[in-house]
Amino acid sequence: MCGIVGLYLKNEVLRPQLGSLFQPMLSQMRSRGPDSAGVAIYRDPVDPHQLKYSLAHDRADFDWPQLCKDLDTACDCQSSVNQIDSHAILVSTASERTVSHWLKENQTGVRLVGSGSSIEIFKEVGLPDDVYSRFNLAEAHGTHMIGHTRMATESAVTTAGSHPFATGADLCLVHNGSLSNHNRLRRQLEKAGLEFQTENDSEVAAAYMTLKIREGASLREALEQALIDLDGFYTFCVGTTTGFAVLRDPIACKHAVMAETDDWVAMATEYRAIASLPGSEGAAIWEPKPQTIYVWGELQ
Amino acid sequence: MTSLDLQSIGLREVNKKLQSMSIPNSLATVINPMGGHAIACGLQHEIQVTIDGHAGFYCAGMNKLANVTVNGHAGVGLAENMMSGTVRVTGNASQAAGATAHGGLLIIEGDTSSRCGISMKGVDIVVGGSVGHMSGFMAQAGNLVICGDAGEALGDSIYEAHIYVQGNIESLGSDCEEKDMDAEHLSKLTELLARANIKANSKAFKRYGSARTLYNFHPDNAGVY
Repeated sequence: MCGIVGLYLKNEVLRPQLGSLFQPMLSQMRSRGPDSAGVAIYRDPVDPHQLKYSLAHDRADFDWPQLCKDLDTACDCQSSVNQIDSHAILVSTASERTVSHWLKENQTGVRLVGSGSSIEIFKEVGLPDDVYSRFNLAEAHGTHMIGHTRMATESAVTTAGSHPFATGADLCLVHNGSLSNHNRLRRQLEKAGLEFQTENDSEVAAAYMTLKIREGASLREALEQALIDLDGFYTFCVGTTTGFAVLRDPIACKHAVMAETDDWVAMATEYRAIASLPGSEGAAIWEPKPQTIYVWGELQ
Repeated sequence: MTSLDLQSIGLREVNKKLQSMSIPNSLATVINPMGGHAIACGLQHEIQVTIDGHAGFYCAGMNKLANVTVNGHAGVGLAENMMSGTVRVTGNASQAAGATAHGGLLIIEGDTSSRCGISMKGVDIVVGGSVGHMSGFMAQAGNLVICGDAGEALGDSIYEAHIYVQGNIESLGSDCEEKDMDAEHLSKLTELLARANIKANSKAFKRYGSARTLYNFHPDNAGVY
C-alpha cells in the first residue's frame, strides 16, 4: 500500500495556494496509508551563503533557540531557527557537513531530516490531515510539494521511518512499494560510510541515491542506476529544486497516474488524489510507463 | 434521465440506484465521479450509463448487458470480469483493463497500460491507441484489437484468443506468434472496428495467437516455462 502524491504549479498565480491545493491530494491517500504522513515543500529559498535544515526531535519542549545559539558558538556561524511542532527549520551559514557533524556529536536526539536552499521536510506518525494541520501546511505557499501516506510493511511505524527521505541537497524521495534486497544494499552502503536512522527499505533507496549523487552522478544517472541495483517494487517520486521526477520499476507493479494542465502537473498513486485540483476534469491524464524517468523542471 | 451526484449521495447509493434500473434503455448519468472506485459495478440490465468525468479503479466491473460510457480516464481494472454489454472510455485507461472478462465489448479510445485483457475469456476489446507490457497475458478467448503499438511480451502464454495489432510490437511473449489473416479474421476485425466506432484500416493489422507449444509439458520447452 502507501500513497504518494506530487504537485508542481506552473502558474505563478496559484503558488500562494500550494498548501491548500495539496492538502486534499494527501488527504485522499489516507486509506492507502493511515500510519504516518509526510511532505516536502519547496519555498522561500535562502541566500546563497546560507542553507536551510529541516530538523526533528521527539520532545515537543526541545529548546531549539538554545540549539541555534550553541551551533553559532561552536561553529562560528550565524543561524536562525523556526520551530513548527516537532520539527524546526534552521537557516544557517554553516555547511551541511559542519551541521550534520555537530548535531551527531552534540545533539543526539535531533534528527537531520533534510537540507538545501529551499526544501523543507515535515513528517509524523498519524493521519495525513492531522499531520498536515500540525505543521500548518494548509497556508503554505511555494512552487511544488511531494507527499506520502504510509502503511508500514517493512519496518516500525515511527516518525523517522516516515517519508520523505532526503537524498542530497534539495533532493528527497517518497516510495510506494517494497524492496527485496534492502538488507544487502544497506550493508554495502554502510561500508561506504552512509548512516541509517531506521530499518526502513525506502531509507535504503534514499541512501543509495545519496551515494550515487555524492559520487558525481546526475539525478537522472542515479535513477538509471537504481533500475539496475534496486530489486523489488517501486514507484518513486523524487523532489528536486525545480520540480519532481517519477520512476516505476520494470514491471510497473505499483500504481501511478500523472495529469497535466496549463496550470500544473501532478502525479499520484490514484487519480482521486488529483481530482480536486482546479481544471482536473480537462487535464491530460495518463499512466507513466515502467522504467521510464519522467521529469518536471530541470533534473540536476 | 436519472442524474446521480456521486459526491453528494456516495458510491453505494449510486450503485444501488443503477443496479435497480431495469427498464431497457433507461438513461443515467453519474456526475462528479472524482476518480471514485467501483463506479457502475455489477449492472445486470440493458441500461445506458454515462460517467461524466474520470473514474477510479474497477469501473463497470462484472458488467452484464448495460452500456457504460466513461467520459474521461479510467483507473486500474476497468470492466474487470465483464460478462456482456458495452463499456467505452473516451480517454486513457490504466492497468488490467478487461481482465478476465467473459463477453461484451470494451472500447478504450485512447491508450491503455499494462496487462490489458489479462486472462480474457471471451470479451472483445478494441483499443484506439497503444497498450502496455504483458497485454493479452494468458488470454483464453475473445479478440484484442490494438490500433497503436504494443509493449513487451504481448500475448504471453496465450490460449485461443486473437490479437490484432496495427502498430509496432516491442516483443511477443512466450508461445505467441504471428498468424495468417484469413478472410474470416479480416471480416471479424472490420466488424469489431465498426462496432467500436474506431476508424482504422483493418487490412493494416496483423494477427497474433497461440503457437500451442505450452499446452502440454514437454522437456524441450523447459526454457520458456
